[in-house]
Amino acid sequence: MNVLTYIESRGGKIRGAGLEALTVARDLAGKLGGTLNALLIGEGSVTNAASLGNYGVAKVFVVEGGDFNGYSPEAYREAVISAMKASDAGVVVMSSTSLGKDLAPVLAARLDAAFLPDCTGLEVEGEKLVVRRPVYAGRCLITLSATSFPAVISLRPKAFLVAPGVETSPVVTTLNIDLSGKVKSRFVEYKTESAGKLDVTEADVIVTGGRGLKDPANFVLVEELAAVLGAAVGASRAVVDAGWRSHGEQIGQTGKVVNPTLYFAVGISGAIQHVAGMRSSKVIVAINKDKEAPIFKLADYGIVGDAIEILPELTRAVKALG
Amino acid sequence: MNIAVLVKLVPDTEATIKIDADRRKIAAGEINFVLNPYDEYAVEEGLRQKEKSGGQVTVISLGGDEAVKALRNALAMGADEAIHVKNSGGLDMLGVAKTLADVVRGRGFDLILAGKQAVDDDCGAVGAMVAEFLDIPHVSIVTSLDVQGDKLTATREIEGGFEIFEAGLPALITAQKGLNEPRYASLKGIMASKKKVIEEVEATITAPKVEVITLTYPPQRPPGKIVGQGVEAVPELVRLLKEEAKVL
Repeated sequence: MNVLTYIESRGGKIRGAGLEALTVARDLAGKLGGTLNALLIGEGSVTNAASLGNYGVAKVFVVEGGDFNGYSPEAYREAVISAMKASDAGVVVMSSTSLGKDLAPVLAARLDAAFLPDCTGLEVEGEKLVVRRPVYAGRCLITLSATSFPAVISLRPKAFLVAPGVETSPVVTTLNIDLSGKVKSRFVEYKTESAGKLDVTEADVIVTGGRGLKDPANFVLVEELAAVLGAAVGASRAVVDAGWRSHGEQIGQTGKVVNPTLYFAVGISGAIQHVAGMRSSKVIVAINKDKEAPIFKLADYGIVGDAIEILPELTRAVKALG
Repeated sequence: MNIAVLVKLVPDTEATIKIDADRRKIAAGEINFVLNPYDEYAVEEGLRQKEKSGGQVTVISLGGDEAVKALRNALAMGADEAIHVKNSGGLDMLGVAKTLADVVRGRGFDLILAGKQAVDDDCGAVGAMVAEFLDIPHVSIVTSLDVQGDKLTATREIEGGFEIFEAGLPALITAQKGLNEPRYASLKGIMASKKKVIEEVEATITAPKVEVITLTYPPQRPPGKIVGQGVEAVPELVRLLKEEAKVL
């Protein structure tokens, strides 16, 4: 069974999440006894195709052109289906980024496929694909299996590592996609609300501030720690609702779900809704004035104290590490 | 405008979730079930669009008896009609979307709204799948919607920013937090909703392509430690993060 990975790009660059998907797909192709194929869509696809040889890809399909510069569910669907046919793939793998969360169901519906979204674990047992994914905001894990092909799988960003494979020289093929009459919604533009700022879902380190910071002006202390750590800045629902920070930074059940290596919860009590967004972080550090705060039950390390005093000291100490 | 809103009843986000003895679903026990929070934004948007352009709002929910509670909540907010798609379980996500599309098809809806995801399965797939089955445009994770005549402009929230899309009606939109502020049901609305007749239809049964093997709790984190109090604890924290956790 051959595997096709759709590897997402943005601004002409391949996204890390796409390479996570490719690493998993390589392992899957090996277990299914099939070939590993990749699809790049949009600006930079032709330029980036050869680099996928580092990951053991046999064939790379590229789709470029005006209709593909911005996301279009229908155009991208057609590109994936075309690449699946060209590679005779029975499984499509992609990352469940915002784009993947939209494209994967569209594909599954069009292909009448087994649909396995936002997975944090994937195994092959005999003929069956078996996946694990969080449900109830991460309070439970559900194990699902698909018994038929085609299958559409999406993987939670940062749930899997990127690993290079045996080097290959992939065969690169440009696909010409006939979109006549197919594109239904028109992409107008992309607006970034924070040029150059690292998004929380892509960060390895996150520093999140909550109400314990007392004043929106104190968020600069969070930003300074984030800067020395190369981290993204996150926000609790309370401070977003209070208008201190934008919804794009919100972490939690009604915000983003993140999976960083290191997470600082600063001035955050640790309510279920917030925990839902960060509970699978590898290492959690909590800073809170209240030693009974629920966050300390979740954290690996904690300091009881005033975040406003502790943050500058922590920033200095991290900077001193060099 | 003829508006449809897809809604679902889900456990309250505050609820303590316990896994049932069969280890394939949760124990309904002491849980408070509510209208899916993202569906509230969808219902509210439907009501606002109706208030702007006239028309009516029909809410649709697939499920067992619990689906009726979701419909009554939406009717109490101000929806006009309700359809209960009766399903006793066993459908996978594709099957759910197929049957909802079958119910929606042919009823002349101009705009179909849904929440961006249900907070129980957290899949976020049904909206996009229904649009695909109906062969209509869709925009998901929408934080702003403007309908002018038979065209809409939608703002979609993605990593690091927003995308703007345009589409012709009929179209499907999935609602993200921030799209609007949902209204509370008025007492009058609650009383009126009890009298509304809910249309009942049977779900189309399709064999699932995905089956549930088991439901488990996530692995327990080993207990952490409070390193100390105040700024004096900072050097030790940094040392532990570097030498023990090896994350610095």
